[in-house]
Amino acid sequence: MENVAIIGASMTQFGQRDGWVLDLLSEAGTACLDDAGVAPDAVDHLYVSNMASGEFEGQTGIMNAIAHDLAAMPAYTARIDQTSSSGGAGVKHAWQSVASGASDMTLLVGAEKMTHRTTPEATDVIASITHPVEYKHGVTLPSFAGLTARLYLDTYDAPRESLGKVAVKNHKHGVHNEHAQFQKEVDLDTVLESPIVADPLRLYDFCPITDGSAALMFCPESVAKEYTDDYVLVPGVGGATDTHVVHERADPTTMRGVVESSRIAYDMADVGPDDVDVAELHDMFTILEFLQSEDLGFFEKGEGWKAVEEGRTEMGGDLPINPSGGLKSKGHPLGASGVAQVYEIYEQLMGEAGKRQVADADTGLACNVGGFGNCVITTLMEAN
Amino acid sequence: MMEAYRYPDGSITYPGHPIGPGGEEPVGTVDLSEYTAEVITWTTSMAAPPGVREPNTLAIVEFDVDGEPVRALGGVTTDEVEIGDEVRPVYVEELREPGAGIREPESQAWDGYRFEPI
Repeated sequence: MENVAIIGASMTQFGQRDGWVLDLLSEAGTACLDDAGVAPDAVDHLYVSNMASGEFEGQTGIMNAIAHDLAAMPAYTARIDQTSSSGGAGVKHAWQSVASGASDMTLLVGAEKMTHRTTPEATDVIASITHPVEYKHGVTLPSFAGLTARLYLDTYDAPRESLGKVAVKNHKHGVHNEHAQFQKEVDLDTVLESPIVADPLRLYDFCPITDGSAALMFCPESVAKEYTDDYVLVPGVGGATDTHVVHERADPTTMRGVVESSRIAYDMADVGPDDVDVAELHDMFTILEFLQSEDLGFFEKGEGWKAVEEGRTEMGGDLPINPSGGLKSKGHPLGASGVAQVYEIYEQLMGEAGKRQVADADTGLACNVGGFGNCVITTLMEAN
Repeated sequence: MMEAYRYPDGSITYPGHPIGPGGEEPVGTVDLSEYTAEVITWTTSMAAPPGVREPNTLAIVEFDVDGEPVRALGGVTTDEVEIGDEVRPVYVEELREPGAGIREPESQAWDGYRFEPI
């Protein structure tokens, strides 16, 4: 099996955008083709990561629409929906298409258009992924976060302030990301005094509702060399699931999908958590950064909060987490987020991340979470 | 009725599944509404979706069915709840307004149980 490379990447401005989902897909797709120097008719497979364009906008069939708009026909195309991890799932499908030999050039574009909906409407579209036995109680993804955060703080005797420091850190990182929805710092008092959303979590513990798109170009390493000397390798991609019914988990503070997907990815890449120089984690809620950093093996169980308190996950720390600002600062356009995480690691490993560049970054990891840990994709990447 | 399924290996799940955690089909049911439970964790949601009470206090609770733990999520009848509290299920005819959310109203039952601290 040949090594899989990424030879081009793009992302649009994240935030409140005027265009609709097809406009966003076109913007990122065109920019990625340009960045990779690949002609549209060279694309064999075109995947579109998107969770809910039908529910948000009434637009379906977007994979065929974008194939036409980008003149990528007759490429094979498919839409990948894995809720919030649709982007990561797109990475896995794109990787598989190349690794299997089915495609010599695969374009992945992820996008979501959400901000035209009210917050309650968007919340309900997202909550519709839950099991009926939980949905009928009015459960939302933020309320799962509140339930888990309370249990984590109680179980591991962690201070409430430690969650707030995740938000402070990621907003600080996002200042240097020109694509981020929020490019401003917040202080801890602002986080801790913001309105309660799902007790004990407050407004600044949550990512915003966002429009945006991101894209990646995958090919075999032998083909990559025909286009460029500078590319990034993807030696491991793991995917796994946990219970659909969240309350059935024996330990709600452990995300089995993260544990299993990372085990697969580490094994494929023949590396371990200590080899990772930079990571993009799915901080849809601040508590998720603790859980993932532990379940990926970066820190012992119940110790993730201490790493944040000690500054180990900040820029300049021994393992910078979310140099892009994370979903918290950058924004979370559902289908695009997992693609944008890999975009950030690509930029880091190419040495092109500018003011947010992590020094000597050779190995990077992206962890994309769907639902409340229901589906997870972990991707490992290495500098060429 | 708060129906849970019992499987050959003794495990019980709520809701029931066609195939249980041990990979076998269920062999019986248990009505959890006849039991009390302990609060594992709780939250009060201040940003509820359309058709849902606000604030909406929710809890994950654990029933002990003859030594077998079974968990459930549900609303709480009061905002005064703590981890470790003992609660009992209380029947509610309509947990949220069926026509207000994104789900097709006929696609599922909308009645159920909330948890009342004892």
